[in-house]
Amino acid sequence: MSLTSTVMNNARIVTVNVERIDAAMAIQFKEDMRAETEAPPDRVILDLSAVTFVDSSGLGAIVAAMKQLGDHRRLDLAGLTPVVDKVFRLTRMDTVFKLFPSLEDALTTLDG
Amino acid sequence: MQGRFKSSFQATELQARTAIRVTLERLRAAGLNDDRAGDVEIALSEAVNNVVEHAYAGTEPGKVRILCSLRPQRLDIRIGDFGDPMPLERLPPGLAADLSVLRADLPEGGFGWFLVRQLTSEIRYDRCNGQNHLSLRFDL
Repeated sequence: MSLTSTVMNNARIVTVNVERIDAAMAIQFKEDMRAETEAPPDRVILDLSAVTFVDSSGLGAIVAAMKQLGDHRRLDLAGLTPVVDKVFRLTRMDTVFKLFPSLEDALTTLDG
Repeated sequence: MQGRFKSSFQATELQARTAIRVTLERLRAAGLNDDRAGDVEIALSEAVNNVVEHAYAGTEPGKVRILCSLRPQRLDIRIGDFGDPMPLERLPPGLAADLSVLRADLPEGGFGWFLVRQLTSEIRYDRCNGQNHLSLRFDL
């Protein structure tokens, strides 16, 4: 399974266990995220520390995953590796998502 | 830092992924720095994806060629295929997405050409003799 999740510090942590989120797996990712994030809490943190590459389709799938959550829930991203971070910043998606350098940072930073 | 690399593959996702990986390995081995290699990986993947998804849409996946020319100050990559021409035989503008919209209206696509344009120093599209040629230049 490419996604696993656990609950900690009042957040649902979804860990991506594959190296790439790209055109080949964008649709599957969106569906898997829907399944993993059906249950509370409202805050979801996507741990991307194992992911070395996200292309425009992968980016779209992550946006879709956030839209699936609904307005009262949030999707934060943690552990973006250099190439992934670049894709998010170039497209200014860092204004849409909160990006944390690590999962630990995401868990210890309170809402705000 | 110098080298010319050629690779040829069928326009399937799997073969494209392998060809891009091998191309990046060769470029890194020839001295391309990590930061620029990341840029090349993103831009090349988007451009090749476009060929896989659109150039041969509705037909058998045809041949794609990647030709790299690495020099100390610049890298040129030429991607060739025998598929359909680009719409209006022109590169898409690749404009930045409008992210000031409500969450429910956020775009889920259309980032690819924007990324290619951001990461390259120049791009050019030509079509002749039934072949598409996309040229990417990366100043180093």
